[in-house]
Amino acid sequence: MATTTAAQKDERMAQTGLITRLLRSPELGALAGAIVVWVFFAVVAPNAWFSLRGTATYLEVAASLGIIAVPVALLMIGGEFDLSVGSMVGLSGAIMAILASVMGMPLWVGALVALVVALFVGWLNGIMVVKTGLPSFIITLGSLFIIRGLTIGVTRLITGRTQIGSLDDMPGFTMMRYIFAVDIPVMGANVSISVLWWLLIGAVAAWVLLRTQVGNWIFGAGGAAQAARQVGVPVNRLKIALFMTTATAAWLLATIQVITVKSMDTLRGEQLEFQAIIAAVVGGNLLTGGYGSAIGAVLGALIIGMVRQGVVFAGVSADWFQVFMGGMLILAVLINNYIRKRAEAARR
Amino acid sequence: MSTNNIPRVEVRNISKYFGNVIALSDVSMAVRAGEVMCLLGDNGAGKSTLIKTLSGVHQQSEGQYFVEGEEVRFNSPRDALNRGIATVYQDLAMIPLMSISRNFFLGSEPTKGIGPLKRFDIAFANRVAHEEMAKMGIDIRDPSQPVGTLSGGERQSVAIARAVYFGAKTLILDEPTAALGVKQAGTVLRYIAQARARGLAVVFITHNPHHAYAVGDRFTILKRGRTFGTFTKEELSREEMVRMMSGADELDALTHELQEFEHTDQLKAEGKLSETEQQLSDKLG
Ligand SMILES: Nc1ncnc2c1ncn2[C@@H]1O[C@H](COP(=O)(O)OP(=O)(O)OP(=O)(O)O)[C@@H](O)[C@H]1O
Ligand SMILES: [Mg+2]
Repeated sequence: MATTTAAQKDERMAQTGLITRLLRSPELGALAGAIVVWVFFAVVAPNAWFSLRGTATYLEVAASLGIIAVPVALLMIGGEFDLSVGSMVGLSGAIMAILASVMGMPLWVGALVALVVALFVGWLNGIMVVKTGLPSFIITLGSLFIIRGLTIGVTRLITGRTQIGSLDDMPGFTMMRYIFAVDIPVMGANVSISVLWWLLIGAVAAWVLLRTQVGNWIFGAGGAAQAARQVGVPVNRLKIALFMTTATAAWLLATIQVITVKSMDTLRGEQLEFQAIIAAVVGGNLLTGGYGSAIGAVLGALIIGMVRQGVVFAGVSADWFQVFMGGMLILAVLINNYIRKRAEAARR
Repeated sequence: MSTNNIPRVEVRNISKYFGNVIALSDVSMAVRAGEVMCLLGDNGAGKSTLIKTLSGVHQQSEGQYFVEGEEVRFNSPRDALNRGIATVYQDLAMIPLMSISRNFFLGSEPTKGIGPLKRFDIAFANRVAHEEMAKMGIDIRDPSQPVGTLSGGERQSVAIARAVYFGAKTLILDEPTAALGVKQAGTVLRYIAQARARGLAVVFITHNPHHAYAVGDRFTILKRGRTFGTFTKEELSREEMVRMMSGADELDALTHELQEFEHTDQLKAEGKLSETEQQLSDKLG
């Protein structure tokens, strides 16, 4: 009895059609875009593009954006923006480097302190957004400037400079390198461990979003916060947790960068917030919240990473990269709107 | 009709102030199991404020609130849900971009697995959403389709089916038929009658006296935050109800005004519409 019902239902579901279901999936556009971009550079710069080293390079570029873009996408689906992620990369790096080089603490202690501070700043962003009810765009634009200014000001006050180098001489560097910056040899090419971090974050985020209770809450909170609240979703706590997640991602990227280049620069992460939002939007996430995909954000970061590195491989001036990013953003929003209208209005 | 004399939900002399605005003043009302209580009144009369107090969105400024004879004070909609009081709101019952089954279980997701592997049981959610909608006579082909693809009446029905499925004992509906056509309103009214037959206490807000008369057992009329009292169907004819809801003078003025348009096509169309509505409510009543 139970099996016949299930079989009947499966049959009916199949009738919905693969095309309809594909069109309903938010990351479709990003997947198509990634293929187009890959093929484009395969034609334009085949030598570098087909080499494992070339691949490892553009994957690393994509990873450093994707680590941020995926949590930013979750937050966007939850209905909020975080423009302060880039400045939080600078802040986390500065805390780590100052504690190590000025106070003589092991790097991992500095990293832990930086994590606590990042979590606190994320919490503060979240609290301000849910308590004031102001657009998070404004609140985090404010924190962007406050955090960046404080980072530069305090670093200069303590060290007299805005950069700190030779961090590989600090205690605890080797251990940190194995977690955050080691290269993994794959068939002769060196793939940065940050690529693994990026894919891991993407996989976990996709699982949380699509297969857990919290994921359903994120869609609900972003789709219609009041409606979600009224069926018992803890919308405020959820949003605060999402802001803390983007802050944690900023901290992770900061740690990876500090350990990889063995130095700290207070300006690190500039404009990252915009690139992360572009990657999320290119990945099919709606600016208005309630709809989107973590896999889409992974693909969005991949597209931007491929273009950024592909432009170098093709020997074109890097200026064109910015033109591409802007054009891509507008195109993606147009496609997203079309897909959303289909999802909302298409009758069965 | 009721089997139990203790009301499922009762308020005594409650008032609600928003700063200087007096939204409710000294309102008393009770609903029993197996009964549809209609809450009637003009725009701004305080109907939504009253049911938001019942459902834990607001707290009353003064007065007492009892659930099954026990005095309560709810801090959140979750508290009310835990006491079996489910509410379907006027306009934001559903999230259009989310699938039917995700909407159905939002806030009360079924899970399987333990620890970090605890996950949303989507197969179960799809199956139950499909079954529960089928019980209401709405055949959804694919529970993973966005709610935005459903009609307004179907959406309200999903919200009602959800409340019933989650064991609501008291169902509060804020203008569920407001934006609906005649046929779709009929679907929702039929489901209200079904909920009553299952022994639920129903609070039903509407501006439409025909809808109210079709399913209501008792009628509480609010005007500018005060209550005119509660009437049974025997005590209140449909005409009286219409008069009380709109105010006799206003109605006379309106009738006069409408007479001037008597020969326009528009009125003909409207006349036809209310005739159909009348037939429908007679059938259901
Ligand atoms: N949160 C609030 N803050 C201030 N005033 C409010 C608030 N909610 C309701 N009011 C006021 O309380 C009064 C009653 O509003 P309520 O929404 O309960 O009316 P209603 O009977 O549901 O009207 P409608 O039929 O238009 O839905 C109105 O004057 C309204 O402006
Ligand atoms: Mg109302």
